[in-house]
Amino acid sequence: MACIEARDLRKTFGTTVALDGINLRVEEGRILGIIGPNGAGKTTALNAILGLTSYQGELKVLGHDPWGARNLLMRDVSFIADVAVLPRWIRVSHLLDYVAGVHPRFDRAKAENFLARTTIKRTSKVRELSKGMVAQLHLAVVMAIDARLLVLDEPTLGLDILYRKQFYGCLLNDYFDRSRTIVVTTHQVEEVQDVLTDLMFIDRGRIVLQCSMEEFESRYIEVLVNPGQLAAAHALKPIHERPVFGRTVLLFDGVDRDQLAALGDVRRPSIADLFVAVMSAPSSRCPGTPAPQADEIGAPK
Amino acid sequence: MNTIANGAPEAARVRELRYGGPATLSFYWSVRRELWENRSIYIAPLIVAAVELFGFVISTVGLPERRRAVLLLDPAKTRSAIEAPYDIAAVMLILTAFVVGLFYCLDALYGERRERSILFWKSLPVSDRTTVLSKTSVPLLVLPLVTFTVIVATQVVMMLWTSVLLITHGISPGSTWTYVPLIQNSFVLLYGLAAIALWHAPIYGWALLVSGLVRRATFLWAVLPLIATAVFEKITFNTSHFGELLKDRLLGFAPDAFAFGAHRGVAIDSLIQLTPVRYLSTPGLWLGLLFAAICVVLAIRLRRYRGPL
Repeated sequence: MACIEARDLRKTFGTTVALDGINLRVEEGRILGIIGPNGAGKTTALNAILGLTSYQGELKVLGHDPWGARNLLMRDVSFIADVAVLPRWIRVSHLLDYVAGVHPRFDRAKAENFLARTTIKRTSKVRELSKGMVAQLHLAVVMAIDARLLVLDEPTLGLDILYRKQFYGCLLNDYFDRSRTIVVTTHQVEEVQDVLTDLMFIDRGRIVLQCSMEEFESRYIEVLVNPGQLAAAHALKPIHERPVFGRTVLLFDGVDRDQLAALGDVRRPSIADLFVAVMSAPSSRCPGTPAPQADEIGAPK
Repeated sequence: MNTIANGAPEAARVRELRYGGPATLSFYWSVRRELWENRSIYIAPLIVAAVELFGFVISTVGLPERRRAVLLLDPAKTRSAIEAPYDIAAVMLILTAFVVGLFYCLDALYGERRERSILFWKSLPVSDRTTVLSKTSVPLLVLPLVTFTVIVATQVVMMLWTSVLLITHGISPGSTWTYVPLIQNSFVLLYGLAAIALWHAPIYGWALLVSGLVRRATFLWAVLPLIATAVFEKITFNTSHFGELLKDRLLGFAPDAFAFGAHRGVAIDSLIQLTPVRYLSTPGLWLGLLFAAICVVLAIRLRRYRGPL
């Protein structure tokens, strides 16, 4: 069974179209990264999946209709929506008491184990913890819940690099077991590149790119073009071009690797580079001439 | 697939069984959660009780002489004089509970949106109904019980203090214990608290609804429409039915819940003066409860749509 299945998912706020017909199928055991500019509809999509917002279209998460049965769904789904949403007045021990009380799949001993690795004291109140510690605490709670789907919406926003690395490290080493599914949105794309199994770009409520990371690796190739071969490289229709130290880096979609290797140094593109390429130059536009970002993102909503 | 994958749901099911009904359990923990967050629920009554006791202790300077004089009056007056401080203490604490309950309700569905923690609460398998009902139970159940306990404890301390004082001056403390029948008073108090809670339910329901509805200034949104309605009625029709209705909603429980004696004002001397049947057949009570129920149902529906501010 698919973990998440959406057909023609739509959501409008007044005249603003937040989701413009999303079709999505996430199988169990995948780690999907949803990447998009601000206001692209990422959070709205996640909120629909979590039963936090109503929508038009068809949506099934683990067999449930999220909007109709949020509390049932939350037995099998955990989420961290944004950093620092833990109530500031609560004591750490009380937080554990409460979750243990209401969540049948919460393993308190597990949470205590995670917390033992941190400097968080059980008697502290959340408001006394640093932002990084609050994120650690929330992660400890979430990882101790035996959920089938974990949704993370910008879980590391505003944290320093040590906490961010540790966050994803914990998630992969101590939580992910190939039967769970994780959906994550983030702007810190570099940090999740090696974590994801699937990738999705979303812009203005539409999916503009969707592929597995294996596909990503085989389809997209970046070439640091040898100075004399730029024209030959351009003939292969790169989807993006950027200058690096006086040389040109071209990004190709679905061009044979051996063919490209002859033109310069071939390497794996970063998700961030592909993101910029896809967002600034849709396939309809002449490749290699990045359009100004404002055109794309600042369009009237 | 493998043992881990099969074992996990099994273990979860066993845990679920051990926990009993998930809804009742969620409700229990949600109420405890409210007490962790809103410590004023018990701290405010305790502070008021402490102030009352302090004042009472000061007022008992010279009590033995006054008690001798009071005992010479006719029994009804004696009783009034001895009972008065105990009644005042109780009324002040009931008033405190009302204020605490009102402000609690005004923040109940607003605070979680303001501090964004609603995103955390909604990530747990607790329904909006359980959440809102647990919040409703605070002014209707938790606060009356806290008030009852604090009042009885305060009165016991007052009586013990008086007794010690009288005994050290060679007077029998019997007059206090006769004229302040603690057991009977406790029963009257419990009945009164229940009557008040039911009567005020629509006020709390309205406050809860407003706290889930508005984006800021919950108190103003809760109160200004009422004042505006009253003013509109006065100006337009030169009547004040709405104002009367509001006044009745604050204090109107008394004449129906109790049969006051002709000679002793609002004092309750006997359990015969409790009139639960008459109270329960008052239309105002049921109309109020209906209004409260509508508010709570709307608040539950509303919370579904609500996210952080």
